[in-house]
Amino acid sequence: MKKTFVLSGLSLAMALAAGAVQAQDKVKIGFITDMSSLYADVEGKNGALAIQMAIDDFGGKVNGMPIELLQADHQNKADIAASKAREWIDTQGLTMLFGGTSSGTALAMAKVAQEKKRVFVVNGAGSSALTNEQCSPYTVHYAYDTVALAKGTGSAVIARGDKSWYFLTADYAFGQALEADASKVVKEKGGTVVGSVKHPLNTSDFSSFLLQAQNSKAQVLALANAGGDTINSIKAAKEFGITKTMKMVGLLVFVTDVHSLGLKNTEGLLLTTSWDWNLDDKTRAFGKRFFEKTKRMPTDIQAADYSATMTYLKAVQSAKTVDADKVMEALKKTPVDDFYAKGSIRADGRFVHDMYLVQVKSPAESKQPWDYYKVVQKLKGEEVFTTKAESKCALWK
Amino acid sequence: MTISLPALLSQLLLGLVNGSFYAILSLGLAVIFGLLNVINFAHGALFMLGAVLTWMAMEYLGVNYWVMLIAAPIVIGIFGVLIERLLLRWIYKLDHLYGLLLTLGLTLLIEGVFRSVYGVSGLPYDAPDALSSSTDLGFMVLPNYRAWVVVASLVICFATWFVIEKTRLGAYLRAGTENPRLVEAFGVNVPLMITLTYAFGCALAAFAGVLAAPVMQVSPLMGQNLIIVVFAVVVIGGMGSIMGAILTGLGLGVIEGFTKVFYPEASSTVVFVIMVIVLLIRPAGLFGKEK
Repeated sequence: MKKTFVLSGLSLAMALAAGAVQAQDKVKIGFITDMSSLYADVEGKNGALAIQMAIDDFGGKVNGMPIELLQADHQNKADIAASKAREWIDTQGLTMLFGGTSSGTALAMAKVAQEKKRVFVVNGAGSSALTNEQCSPYTVHYAYDTVALAKGTGSAVIARGDKSWYFLTADYAFGQALEADASKVVKEKGGTVVGSVKHPLNTSDFSSFLLQAQNSKAQVLALANAGGDTINSIKAAKEFGITKTMKMVGLLVFVTDVHSLGLKNTEGLLLTTSWDWNLDDKTRAFGKRFFEKTKRMPTDIQAADYSATMTYLKAVQSAKTVDADKVMEALKKTPVDDFYAKGSIRADGRFVHDMYLVQVKSPAESKQPWDYYKVVQKLKGEEVFTTKAESKCALWK
Repeated sequence: MTISLPALLSQLLLGLVNGSFYAILSLGLAVIFGLLNVINFAHGALFMLGAVLTWMAMEYLGVNYWVMLIAAPIVIGIFGVLIERLLLRWIYKLDHLYGLLLTLGLTLLIEGVFRSVYGVSGLPYDAPDALSSSTDLGFMVLPNYRAWVVVASLVICFATWFVIEKTRLGAYLRAGTENPRLVEAFGVNVPLMITLTYAFGCALAAFAGVLAAPVMQVSPLMGQNLIIVVFAVVVIGGMGSIMGAILTGLGLGVIEGFTKVFYPEASSTVVFVIMVIVLLIRPAGLFGKEK
């Protein structure tokens, strides 16, 4: 009995060692995101598909090493995300950790990546803390963050003269960051924050929260939530006539949310996005390819998933290694210019590129399915993301 | 923190709307558990199917809400007959746990299929024209549809209670719960009664689903979000108690509504806190009988 135990332990150790040796001749990307809950349409399995598209377009190999994609569903739970990341790094020889939607999970994974020295790229999660208070030399925050959303949409709404705000906020890292960043913008521009109500993540009935917002008599109802929560808030706000007395502002709205609600319910909504499939010929070409595989147009995050994968693989190619320190150096040195965005990755890990302030079209303006956004203003990357003066990140001082 | 009376009144009303869904769903669970001894975890999926069927009928066939209010429960009821005859029948002699696992498996299957076809963001379904406007009650503007939800579910709940507690058919049912062998000896077809009871429970879930379609986004996840709360409601009310399920459903809807005002962060957990307290003080539930 004792002998078998020792033997099996030994063989397990050998298997682990073999795994570690094997890992060095493969590039392994581990993608952990919400695949089944309220954020699954925003990124989810189609995000994995976008990453795989990039791997295939790259030729499936980099520096002679095959590229492999692992994927997992973190169910919006930070502990699952962190332990899965740890497991993959320890036993699978992961070379890059790809974080998905939900800031709580992303902040947890960023810690694991820093401890284990692995490149950590994140698109879906929004918390600006990823490259500010909790910045790490291994994090690349690629698509958007709460500061950009707050500055983009917040400034535009205040410029229209709507100065008193009330927040409906998802009660976790992302919602709190978004509310804090947006409140800062509102106050800086001379507006006031009348109040806020925090709702639990993944709420189905918003009517009660909305009535509280309406009683505040604020001019603006700002939604500091995302995905399914945003959809349910907007739907209920229409039903209860909140939109007759307040102007609704979605601080983070995805094209899939608009698609799900329909233009009738979202017409005129102002929002900030990092990308839309209908910007130019290059974006439309990607949109079309993606649509043929999924029957849905890509969200800006899914497009960023493709772009970030390409950017990482190019960095591995030019660094001639998967060593995280050297790849990070290459990433921060080489500017990015593709169908998704043009810009560069800053010392704090923030990929700085232009964002777009867009308005949702009316049903009459929309010429085809998924033709939802008209660009109101292009927002300069240097202005819309955290500035050096605002940053508390030690890496960027 | 001061909260005005009108604000409280409006929260009370909204709580009743949510409570109506809890009541109808927990009623179905209680009826099924009472006779079949099966913890029907598929209830949430059946609720979702009711809503999705309603959406599909409108989208693909142009069939309106009112037709589906009758048709969806019938279709899902027939689906329930199939589940009972083909699957549940085999496990009555086993522990409760097997019924729970079987129906949980069914739930994962059904939800998985719809998630892969329709995604999770959900599909919009408009309230029927007759109910699409709203009424100004002075202290709040209540969409007429929400008022209809409360009325319709109260009618269905109390009709069910009446049939089970006050009619001959209900007497057979209750007797079947107590001692199926004896009832069978009196010439009552107990297996058929069991099948129909399960079908009726499923139909109730579908009915709630149709009611919910215009209120919530029709999505494969809508049942999942609700069913856990509904189980807590059944536990609090007492397994198998009809009136207990109805009153607890409505009551907890209201308590949850007030929590959203006084301490919104706790609104998703308050029901479970109450469940823990009730289980500690009255393990059989508020309306349940100790055995």
